[in-house]
Amino acid sequence: MTPVRTVIFSALFLAVSFLGFANEKEITQEETPFDPKAMILHHVKDAHEFHLWDWRGSPISLSLPIILWTDNGLTSFSSSRFHHDDEGQTIVESNGRSFVKLHEKIYQLDAGASSISYDSEHHPTNAHKPVDLSITRNVFMMWVSVALLLLIFLTTARNYKNSKDGVPKGIAGFMEPLIIFVRDEIGKPMIGEHKYKKYMPYLLTIFFFIWINNIFGLIPILNGANLSGNIAFTFTLAVFTFIITTFSGNKNYWKHIFWMPGVPVPMKIFLMPIEIIGMFVKPISLMIRLFANITAGHVIILALMSLIFVFKTAAIAPVSVAFSLFITVIEIIVTAIQAYIFTILSALYFGMATEEEH
Amino acid sequence: MDLITPGFGLVFWTAITFIFLLVILGKFAWKPILGAVSEREEGIKAALASAENARKEMENLSADNDRILKEARSERQAMLKEARELKNNMIETAKTEAKEEANKLVAQAQAAIAAEKKAAVADLKHVVAELSISIAETVVREELADKAKQEKLVKSMLENAKLN
Amino acid sequence: MTITGIAAIGAGLAAIGAGVGIGKIGGSAMEAMARQPEMHGKIQSSALILAAFVEAVALFGVVVAFLQG
Repeated sequence: MTPVRTVIFSALFLAVSFLGFANEKEITQEETPFDPKAMILHHVKDAHEFHLWDWRGSPISLSLPIILWTDNGLTSFSSSRFHHDDEGQTIVESNGRSFVKLHEKIYQLDAGASSISYDSEHHPTNAHKPVDLSITRNVFMMWVSVALLLLIFLTTARNYKNSKDGVPKGIAGFMEPLIIFVRDEIGKPMIGEHKYKKYMPYLLTIFFFIWINNIFGLIPILNGANLSGNIAFTFTLAVFTFIITTFSGNKNYWKHIFWMPGVPVPMKIFLMPIEIIGMFVKPISLMIRLFANITAGHVIILALMSLIFVFKTAAIAPVSVAFSLFITVIEIIVTAIQAYIFTILSALYFGMATEEEH
Repeated sequence: MDLITPGFGLVFWTAITFIFLLVILGKFAWKPILGAVSEREEGIKAALASAENARKEMENLSADNDRILKEARSERQAMLKEARELKNNMIETAKTEAKEEANKLVAQAQAAIAAEKKAAVADLKHVVAELSISIAETVVREELADKAKQEKLVKSMLENAKLN
Repeated sequence: MTITGIAAIGAGLAAIGAGVGIGKIGGSAMEAMARQPEMHGKIQSSALILAAFVEAVALFGVVVAFLQG
């Protein structure tokens, strides 16, 4: 199915998407027992195609490009060439190498192998993973969110430029309190009145970037584009915070890590490794916090919905729907709180790094 | 395990996308927005300060007015006082002058009266002396006509004149 | 008992600890806010930060559960 047709179908069958979803579950139920863990993991993890729903047994999806860095250079092809196969059956030839997709991982078959073979733990024995730079559904959704952010904030900026007296109109009036919130409640108190200005672009960007992706993760039709619940995403952002903290650390900051002032010498030696570990634990906890919060939220919602299929009865549906509605409402609050927490803790670390001796 | 292993592809794209977003938004969104917001805040602050200044100036002005009014009033008071003093002085001097004049007049009058009186008394004395002399002449003439009587008189006089 | 089961119990224990911790933070924050309503905003943001620190412990439990999954 070509992407264009897919998009047209998406628009056409948006209204009956849940019907299609239910149909698929019924069919799979007849074939194999419903496995909630596999379903949940499938939704929480990244994927190489944007699976929207199944229609009469065949999946309707947006094919995304696969980009691989192999020993033979860069190669790319459409994920539709795997024909929705995720079990390593379909072999795709590209740039003189053959690839298979197994559990959303691309494997490159070793030279001479014509099909993939496994060891006792179902790990491939005659294939290895090339460097995978594919535009996965998370990358795709990230770009959608970036486009939306640019649209919102460039419009806001133009709004200010056009108004003569600096009074916000339209979307700027909605965004300004949020921006001022980040500045007055996060930047100023955590970093300090004099130095916060330098960090404002980072804090604002990270706040809105995380928030919008948290919200995107909650939209059901996007089938859990769980970007902010993906550890690669939170890892990257935490690394940015770590780099900025480390590079803006002043003499006082490093002195507190390596030679804590105001305590006896044995204590200084004892504290040094703890402080060094602490330096790394801070970004790691940032990474884990965002990842685990968002992923746990998705898992709970999906687990509640799976109850319907586990018990194979529609009678449980009201309970499932009510509970998952409740959790979804909580998750909507959590989207904002986690973006706030990530930003405020980043600001706190910057503030610690730039704090002057007193 | 798979869930908590960061995939390299997503890390790569996230880093690139985030840097792109940071640069674009930082340059074209945050800078103008924060600039406009802080500019407006500065404007509001400046307006408030100038309003405060104007209020203070007004206060100063009214205080000035009050002061001037007060000064004018006290000046008027002083002028009135001066005038009153002047008047009093004038009256006082006039009074004293008049009194002195009167006293002088009275003294002159008294002196004139005294002189008149003296003259009158002197006149009277003169007249009385002439009169007494004439009387005494007559009396003596009469008395000394009789010898016995002269003797008697000398006698009584000698008796009265005790020598002590 | 499988290793997954033990991990699940551990994650549950971590959640209990974090629950107690966040409960204490919330309770104290409410008390402080009732006592000083003018400090409402400051107390709320500090409480949120502290809750995030405590919550990290429970999340490590969640991650352990994911590790087994």
